[in-house]
Formats: sequence, C-alpha cells, structure tokens
Amino acid sequence: MFQVRIHGRGGQGVVTAAEMLSVAAFAEGRHAQAFPSFGSERTGAPVVSYCRIDDREIRTREPVMVPDCVIIQDVTLINQVDLFSGLAPDGYVLVNTSRSFDELGIGDLFNQFHHDHLLTCPATELALEHVGRPLPNAALLGGFAALTHQVTIGAIDTAIRERFLGVVGERNAAAAAEAYKIVMQEEETADAATN
Amino acid sequence: MLRQIEGSRAVAETVALCRPEVVCAYPISPQTHIIEAVGVMVKSGELAPCEFINVESEFAAMSVAIGASAAGARAYTATSSQGLLFMMEAVYNAAGLGLPIVMTLANRAIGAPINIWNDHSDAMAVRDAGWIQLFAETNQEAADLHVQAFRLAEELSVPVMVCMDGFILTHAVEGVDMLDQSTVDAFLPPYEPRQVLDPDSPVSIGAMVGPEAFEEVRYLAHLRQLDALDRIPVIAAAFEEATGRRSGGLLSTYRTDDAETIVVALGSVLGTIKDAVDIRREAGERIGVVGITSFRPFPFQAVRDVLCGARQVVVIEKAFSIGFGGVLATDLSLALHGTDCTLRSVVAGLGGRSITRLALEDLFATAARGQLEALTFLDLDHGVVERERERMMATRRSGPSAENILRDLKAPRRVGAKEKS
Repeated sequence: MFQVRIHGRGGQGVVTAAEMLSVAAFAEGRHAQAFPSFGSERTGAPVVSYCRIDDREIRTREPVMVPDCVIIQDVTLINQVDLFSGLAPDGYVLVNTSRSFDELGIGDLFNQFHHDHLLTCPATELALEHVGRPLPNAALLGGFAALTHQVTIGAIDTAIRERFLGVVGERNAAAAAEAYKIVMQEEETADAATN
Repeated sequence: MLRQIEGSRAVAETVALCRPEVVCAYPISPQTHIIEAVGVMVKSGELAPCEFINVESEFAAMSVAIGASAAGARAYTATSSQGLLFMMEAVYNAAGLGLPIVMTLANRAIGAPINIWNDHSDAMAVRDAGWIQLFAETNQEAADLHVQAFRLAEELSVPVMVCMDGFILTHAVEGVDMLDQSTVDAFLPPYEPRQVLDPDSPVSIGAMVGPEAFEEVRYLAHLRQLDALDRIPVIAAAFEEATGRRSGGLLSTYRTDDAETIVVALGSVLGTIKDAVDIRREAGERIGVVGITSFRPFPFQAVRDVLCGARQVVVIEKAFSIGFGGVLATDLSLALHGTDCTLRSVVAGLGGRSITRLALEDLFATAARGQLEALTFLDLDHGVVERERERMMATRRSGPSAENILRDLKAPRRVGAKEKS
C-alpha cells in the first residue's frame, strides 16, 4: 500500500487533490481511498488530506500515520505543523515552491532523506500561469506522478478533467503536465548527482 | 458500475434510485453532503417526481416526513447528532405511527462539549424509539443498505435508520459499485401504504390511545421488529440474487470458524479491526470478527450462534451509557447469558478519536493474555483526567472541566513526567 498525506491551507484544494489522486489510481484499476482530516474547515487554516493506493481492497479507516509521500502545498506551514511526522527516510516529499530547501530553511531535513525523493515544484506559479488562480493542487499531482511513479500522468490528466470540466480542466491538466516535466527533469538531475 | 465516489454522493444517488417522493432535511455536519446532492438532483429534474422541502429545523424535517409518509408518499431524510436529538419527539412518532420513513444517520458525537466528529452516541440515544437501525461497514454497504431499507420499511411499516460513520464514511472517496435504475426498480416495488390520509376516505392517524390499548400497540411494534429479524436476511438474500453482492443481513463474520477470541463492533471500524486481526492471525492467534449490521432489532439468536464457540468476546464500541458502560456490550451479555464466554467491553473512538490498527493489536494482545479488564477505555489519557480531578478537589470554583482539560493539554509538561502527549 502507498500512503500519501497532503498538507495545505483551507481554500487551496487540499481535499480535492487527494480525491483526484484517488480517481487517478482508480482509473488505472487500483484500489484507492481518499479522505480529509476531519474538522471545521476554514479558509487559510491548516488542512490535511490523505490518499491510500493499493492493489487490494483497502479496509483500514485510521488516518495515514506512516506516509510514503508527503505533498506540501503551502510552505508557510513548515514552522507551524509537523509536516514530516511518520515519514520514512526513503519517503517522498514534494514541496510547492520555486525556492531551494536551503532557502526554505529545511536544508538539514533535506540531508536526512534520499535526495531524489525530495523535490520541489513551482505549482502556484504554474497554476497562475495556466489557470489564472493560485490553486496548486492539480499541478502538484503532475509532480507527484513524476516523483513517485505511483500513477501515470495520463491518469492524473483523466482525473483532473473529470473533476474540472471544460476549459478549467484543460488548463489545470496543462499545469499538471508541465509540473510533471519539471519534476522529471529534477529527478534526472538528482539521479545524475547521486550516481 | 464501479465508480470512485464520495460516500455521501453514493448514498444520495442510491436514494434517488429508490424514487423517494418527498425529501425534507435540515443541514448538519457530517450529513450535509448527502442532502445537498439529493437537492441538486431534485432541482435538475434527475430525481422526479420528487418534492424537496426546505424546513426550518430537524423537528420540522421529521414532521414533514411523517406527514408525507402518512399521505402515502415514499419519504426520506437524513441527519446527525444534535439534529437527531432535536427531532427526537417526531422520531418516536414516526415509529409509533408505523410510517416507513428511511433516514440516513451520519453518526456523530453528541455535545456538550460540542464535537462534530464521529462516534455512535446519536444512534444509541434513539435505540429504543422503535426504528430499525442498520449499520454500514463501508460506503458500498451504506449505499446498498438504503435500497434494502426502503423495502424492509415498507414491507413491515416500520421506519428504518441507516447508520454510517460521519466523516469516516460520508467524506471518504472510494470505489462503490453503483446500482442502476432497472435493478433497483425490480428489487423495490412501488410503495403501497398500509394506512393513508385520503380526503375521499377519511381516517384518523395518531389518535390518543389510553391504558386500554397502549400496551398492545407497543407490543405490536415489538412483533414487527421481531418479524424484521426474519425479513432482513431474506431481503439481503434477494439483494444478493439481484446484484450478485452480499450486503446487509443481521450480522457479518470474518475468520470466526475456529476463533477463540471474537471481536464485535458496529460500522466502519470493522475494517481496521479486520486488518489488526489478520496480523494477530499471522502470529498464531485464533481470533475473528463479528460485525453487527442490525442493531435494532437485535439478533440475539444469530449472535449467540456465532459467538457461543468463543472463549472470549471483545466488544469495541463508539458509545457508552454514562454511569453504566458499553451499550452493545450489554446487549451481547444478554445474548451470551448461560455460556462460558467471557465478555470484555472496550469503549473507543469517542468524539472522533482515531482507532488505530496498532492500538487494536495491543488491545488484542492484552486480551489474549487474559489481562483485559471488564471495561476499558481505549487510549484514555488517565493523567489528564487525574489532574482535573485534583483541581476539582483543590478548589470549589474549579471551572468548566472541558476547558480546563484543553488548557491542561496545551501546558508544557515536566520533562520525564509519565504522561501521554
């Protein structure tokens, strides 16, 4: 089972991201379960959502305690929430930022994990460019596909267009496709540096 | 068709396939997504003919459902927690009048302290009202139970409450094999009311009944619930024949055949329990699971048949009767009366506290060693409780306990103090 935890703030599509990811995995014939952290949703408040992907029926109803991947939609949460709780040393992290880990003040953390598992994606910029609104969730899913290979970018594309119809779906899918390319390139660079 | 869909949405679309003629509800978390989705389907004409009636409260919602049902319409509503309590008087009336209303209860804790998260306090608060109460383990079962609920309710003229865990199920997106209209139409015949308010053929419904007949009316209601014990498995079998899917029934079993320890629970926590049981099985423990689907009527005989071979029964429930103990555990103790089976009651998951697989594995290990107490509160922070007790002892004006405890949890603890975070 592959478990994902998504951190962001109310209004950034954190719950929608987990749902779309589950739809993408489902489109590829896998079992998937998405759910939000339950609470009173308020715009701007820290929000967490979860997605599990497996090849067999998912029965558990506990929150994701030991994520295989953490997606961080909003870097301002870094000093506010324990974003990396339960994450294994070989776990994946995808951060929505155009800055480096050092610039974000988490360079030390970066050194604790596999370098090719910790990547950044300028998802907000991509969203502004393609969608015209600072909603990074769809772009980050493109980055997630590149980082973890748990789902294909094709399935992410399908899920986004299922959720957002017409031109909005088109633009979000374009943002995801570009994020996919960027993260694939980062990954190759990180691999080259490791080898 | 198998779809990746939110639990609330799956229930709303399935309810629409049941062709309700009147839907009336008042929003309350975590039920709201269901009724919003039904409302959209009525407005778009996708669900027709159907009247969606906006009401000013849950009391009005159930009262409208009663009126609609008495007028011969198939009526549906949904609620949670305080909403259920607010309609309590009408909840009893619906059952007392024998009106086959179907209601989704998205289970949520009851305040005070106010809490929007999941537990089963709301369902337990109305267990004696005369409604049939069916608990869903998954969103698939939640959807399927609604179709069975309308058929059961209308066959027996008894209202049925489908209980599904708030947030945990209602807000989870997972695969649900959705029924189609022709399957539901073939399974669920049009509503033929046993009593109907008709101006051309006037009758009274709900007249005063004195001591001369009240007991008989109540006893008849009891008999109808006992009839449901026969009808629920028959309807589940018919549903399986129509859809190829096993859903509903009185109870479900998992790895119970040779089990020395059987864990019993209601609702979605059964999934996590099964995962924990698989791990204990790998370690060689003979342990199994029973899920109670029909909580009211309570299937005493079926429960006894499946549990009587076990040495120990561990009941995990998300509610308890304050000053008494586990509610489901009490029902089970009656079912097990006269057997050698030891009953252990565990209260867990109150107000949305996570029930984790690891905590369950520990619990089952303790049970296997014979060290589980008669009544246990899973993951209870005894330190917090003791400190509030001390504050109450220290001063008369100790203030509100809930707020004291929240403050206590935020306060820095002494290093090395043996507390839970």
